Amino acid sequence: MAKATREAYGETLKELGAQIPEIVVLDADLSASTKTAVFAKAFPDRFFDTGIAEGNMMSVAAGLAASGKIPFASTFAVFGAGRAYEQIRNSICYPNLNVKVAVTHAGLTVGEDGATHQMLEDIALMRALPNMTVVVPADAAETAQVIRWAASYQGPVYIRMGRAKVEDVISPDAEFVPGKSTTLADGSDVTIMACGIMTQQALQAAKMLAEEGISARVINMSSIKPIDEAAIVKAAKETGAIVTCEEHTVMGGLGSAVAEVVVRHCPVPMAMVGTEDVFGQSGKASEVLKVYGLTPEHIALEAKKLVEAK
Amino acid sequence: MAHLTEERVLELKAIARKLRVDILEMITKAASGHTGGSLSIADLITLLYFEEMHIDPANPKMADRDRLVLSKGHAAPAMYAALAEKGYFDKEELNHLRQAGHMLQGHPDMKHTPGVDMTTGSLGQGISAACGMALASKMDHASWRVYAILGDGELEEGQVWEAAMYAAHYKLDHLTAFVDNNGLQIDGPVSEVMSPLPIGEKFKAFGWHVISVNGHDMSALHDAIEEAHSVSGQPTVIVMKTVKGKGVKETENQVGWHGKAPSPEQCVQFVKEVEEAE
Repeated sequence: MAKATREAYGETLKELGAQIPEIVVLDADLSASTKTAVFAKAFPDRFFDTGIAEGNMMSVAAGLAASGKIPFASTFAVFGAGRAYEQIRNSICYPNLNVKVAVTHAGLTVGEDGATHQMLEDIALMRALPNMTVVVPADAAETAQVIRWAASYQGPVYIRMGRAKVEDVISPDAEFVPGKSTTLADGSDVTIMACGIMTQQALQAAKMLAEEGISARVINMSSIKPIDEAAIVKAAKETGAIVTCEEHTVMGGLGSAVAEVVVRHCPVPMAMVGTEDVFGQSGKASEVLKVYGLTPEHIALEAKKLVEAK
Repeated sequence: MAHLTEERVLELKAIARKLRVDILEMITKAASGHTGGSLSIADLITLLYFEEMHIDPANPKMADRDRLVLSKGHAAPAMYAALAEKGYFDKEELNHLRQAGHMLQGHPDMKHTPGVDMTTGSLGQGISAACGMALASKMDHASWRVYAILGDGELEEGQVWEAAMYAAHYKLDHLTAFVDNNGLQIDGPVSEVMSPLPIGEKFKAFGWHVISVNGHDMSALHDAIEEAHSVSGQPTVIVMKTVKGKGVKETENQVGWHGKAPSPEQCVQFVKEVEEAE
């Protein structure tokens, strides 16, 4: 079944709201889109719209956290990690306050709204901040697991969600553990590491490769920071090549995070699938992904090139 | 409304003189820091820490304490002088302001300094954090209050007005903001760099209760805070007319003293002037 991660976000917030009275939800006039409206309807006295003022929202969240509340602050990725970057840095991460920055509409699959709304550099920005944990769930089930974990964890967390529906890839019975990846398919010739909507693409790519006799391991790397160093080292040693895939620029995101581990501990050839040094554009989500090569076909091609070059 | 007695005013003035001496000496030792804006809020800081706020230096994280957010974080020396005088930490720490390996950072850091309720320094963010705190107090039907101190130059940050809108919208009557209207910012007079004037009218238009007061008059400041406590359903801003560098003739109303430290020789002379003042 396909479902958008943001749908799971709203539902899980509502579920947690009943269990944890300290949870407070903030939004910047996008609650119908981010799905925080689901929480707002159930707990109107614990939902505070800040209006279209994201910088204020992040610092207000910091003040709430400093007073013992557990704020979830939501907007689109570009307005959270982008417009309010410095508030996240100085009001939230530097004092290490317990704020959950939960953003939706990340990446190209925003679609028709185009480049101004297609955030492609937020993983890089958030990953560079001390004290910040960065998570990109692969599907609705994992989103619920991540939100439940985030509510119980003390400290800032950036949770990156999307607009479009994604196929189920993670077991609904799984539990999210920061710094732990999930191996979704085993393989010996190459490893494909992905996060967010690209995990489902990676699984499709592995099927394509199997038809050509290439055995690909597929790992869901939803926890970008901390990252599962052990799984990366193991994959490098056992498969000798790694392809990363992300709905994000290849500068500073998942690919970079994996490469940092690979070059330090076990250098092997890598390829990075993501957007290059460009902005997005308007179009249907599926069409825009094709324009920028964020497809199973492209992942399979990159993997094949690495295997052939061994 | 209970006014301050004349005797109490004299006591508070004596404390303010002490804080001014500490401000001058710590900035001189650091050879770095914001002299002008620290001296201009020394009287307010004295009144808040030694008269108004419900706090306990032995229990800096006390749940029902009043909070103070120094949104103009560069005036940290004034806050540090008060915290040390109250006993939140050893006065010896003041000798190590802005020095590597010590706790007194250039701007307030809640994780390293006991008594600091919010990390500030990037202008405009403190007032928003104070809104979050006041909202938490209101949600819990608690009695603790939140005070925020802003600079007049700081009002040029758009986020201040996002917060101003927010505080009025959510009727944050637990929040009292002060504007240190000393009229000067780094590049010159605020009226010439980028005028935030008129200040009171702007806050009034945003839905705040506005009080104007001489920021160096303890009795008037005290009465203004009492008035703020009596207001319900809206936040209050107390616009304080102040003198940048207040207390030392050479630094008063001098834009050059915004971020300058006195030399050791100047410090001796300045401290003498403060100590001999009324």
